[in-house]
Amino acid sequence: MRKVLLATYLGSAAVLAVGSASANDELNKMSQNPKDWVMPAGDYANSRYSKLNQINAQNVGKLQVAWTFSTGVLRGHEGGPLIIGNVMYVHTPFPNKVYALDLSNENKIIWSYEPKQDPNVIPVMCCDTVNRGLAFSDGKIFLHQADDMLVALDAKTGKQVWAAKNGDPTKGQTGTSAPLVVKDKVLVGTSGGEFGVQCSMTAYDVKDGKQVWKAYSEGPDDQILFDDKTTALGKPVGKDSSLKTWQGDQWKIGGGCTWGWVSYDPTLDLIYYGSGNPSTWNPKQRPGDNKWSMTVFARNPDTGLAKWVYQMTPHDEWDYDGVNEMILSDQSINGQARKLLTHFDRNGLAYTMDRATGELLVAEKYDPKVNWTSGVDMDKNSPTYGRPKVLDAASTEKGGEDHNTKGICPAALGTKDEQPAAYSPDTQLFYVPTNHVCMDYEPFKVSYTAGQPYVGATLSMYPPQGETNMGNFIAWDGKTGKIVWSNKEQFSVWSGALATAGGVVFYGTLEGYLKAVDAKTGKELYKFKTPSGIIGNVTTYENNGKQYVAVLSGVGGWAGIGLAAGLTDPTAGLGAVGGYAALSNYTALGGTLTVFSLPN
Amino acid sequence: MMFVASGGIAVADGSGDPTAVKQNESGEWSDKEGNPTYKVSDGSVDWYTYSGYRRYHSECHVCHGPDGMGSTYAPALKDSLKTMSYADFLGVVASGRKNISTAQENVMPAFGDNPNVACYMDDLYVYLRARANDAWGRARPPKHEDKTQAYTAAEDACMGNKK
Repeated sequence: MRKVLLATYLGSAAVLAVGSASANDELNKMSQNPKDWVMPAGDYANSRYSKLNQINAQNVGKLQVAWTFSTGVLRGHEGGPLIIGNVMYVHTPFPNKVYALDLSNENKIIWSYEPKQDPNVIPVMCCDTVNRGLAFSDGKIFLHQADDMLVALDAKTGKQVWAAKNGDPTKGQTGTSAPLVVKDKVLVGTSGGEFGVQCSMTAYDVKDGKQVWKAYSEGPDDQILFDDKTTALGKPVGKDSSLKTWQGDQWKIGGGCTWGWVSYDPTLDLIYYGSGNPSTWNPKQRPGDNKWSMTVFARNPDTGLAKWVYQMTPHDEWDYDGVNEMILSDQSINGQARKLLTHFDRNGLAYTMDRATGELLVAEKYDPKVNWTSGVDMDKNSPTYGRPKVLDAASTEKGGEDHNTKGICPAALGTKDEQPAAYSPDTQLFYVPTNHVCMDYEPFKVSYTAGQPYVGATLSMYPPQGETNMGNFIAWDGKTGKIVWSNKEQFSVWSGALATAGGVVFYGTLEGYLKAVDAKTGKELYKFKTPSGIIGNVTTYENNGKQYVAVLSGVGGWAGIGLAAGLTDPTAGLGAVGGYAALSNYTALGGTLTVFSLPN
Repeated sequence: MMFVASGGIAVADGSGDPTAVKQNESGEWSDKEGNPTYKVSDGSVDWYTYSGYRRYHSECHVCHGPDGMGSTYAPALKDSLKTMSYADFLGVVASGRKNISTAQENVMPAFGDNPNVACYMDDLYVYLRARANDAWGRARPPKHEDKTQAYTAAEDACMGNKK
């Protein structure tokens, strides 16, 4: 009776408000249904783990292709599809097409969407015109276009509901990241670290696309949304924590881009993401710690206010963006239950932190070849607590402008780039796709022009000395900071992993293989060569009682630049062509979704 | 065009015979047509080839791949310069180009306003010309001629560096 009265007398506005609150609970609930895949990483914790176990370590060897779908686009295909009930939503790189496929009716195209974008955005996208996927909430599909427009599409019809301009591509601001919906807001980052963009994370209202807050990575406190309670490693950061670490107004072209993944803890009500490299790549040109580039942020999703921050690579000298995903897990360390955040950084260190407080618990190398640092100072009483100790031999700041610093590991690609790792609560292990590449790095003076590349370093890349594999796929214990097993891969592993309750871990390779390995041992159980190299993320879902595994292939991205022609050994001297395998000998362009299942 | 094929020129690219015949006070070599060119001897290169190597691997390689080898979405410039002339090279770098069809969307931006590129057009051309003629391989030049005072003065003026 009471309910009826409320509904009757409060009118349509209140009903809408109630509707929106339940829609958000609905998304959280939907993410717990393993049959669907409703957000980029499967769940808010970014665990990329599925409870589905029809496909398991015993039968995965029998996997076969169930169906395929060509996206009609040739560029690098990152990210993966969303699956909601009987509909799969597939995205593409520029021109950023979206397809809704009917899983209950021969995977027919229900609708497709293709925005009209100025092709002049293409060359201001560093490292290919990738897009990392879609978000869903409130009956809408959210797409972050290359031209930095955020659009909301009606999930049923594909018609545009609203569009919001997040940034200006003529200034080098572009969109590559997947949005994340938290409650009634959709969050998007910015790309443009190689164009001197002052990058930000921005929240828009899911209903109408109105901007709610914008938090920059560097600048005055009212732009970075810090207050007197914002802490770093347990201590308040104080006033002007960012401004103090830049020369003059260099922060205005400071980078710190936010093109990675966002995760969310509904209980603590905090979102987590990382910021990228400070611009330029020439460290001599921007003295100071360049805060808060290279930083893990914990922010309130409603206000954007920063609760805690941790800068991993102060005063970057190598382009080690801190944008990689933050994976949230609940594990015990030394017998104590902890709410953890684990992050595999480009800089080659894997960090385990307390995600409530920002306390640093573990920071260890997840590739033994990492040589720019001897490790992070873990002594809480030390003045350099939490800072990595930089070794002179790998310091491009020490080497200075016009000096070629050789043999730095990892390369600017990082020990891992955006390709997300997976976490299985069954094994309590992280499954991490990694790069195994080193570099020479020579910084030199550059000048800034709006909308033009602002790089300022020459680099060349190659596998670590004496080795030929350019990637590894590893299992990592985040509690102790140790590699449990490691599989060599000929090329960098540039595909997001998937762990399942079936005891299987899936990932793709640049040659184009979808691989399934045993979660406990890493033993290869299945592989299939898809039409092109894989830089997409593996997804699983259930439809009509059957478990499927889906992955986008379509080589490209940064991996498509450095590895397409093959790397050379710089010590081999003049004429050393093809010293290492060239990706172009294995695969060619083309976007295809390949979906696998067990035979009937 | 025909006479090139029948003329028996041993080495030629989009600008003709790349053999260096003259060096100016900046240290830049030119061929007999007056186009900038490289000079490689005993594993040592002229300053422009070296400078071009560095600038290429900062400004160009994120699309065109390491050593002018191309990527999954931009052409291999070591091949392009086999047919592209010096004048055309300057035009494309300064003004950009679009190559858009149903099958591809290749867009090169205009670098005319970007001093990091515009001030080093000849350096880039000379390096890539050496690559196109296989006069220099896939490696960083370990030895090079010194940077001249005239080059430094011109570079500072172009980049707006204060002395």
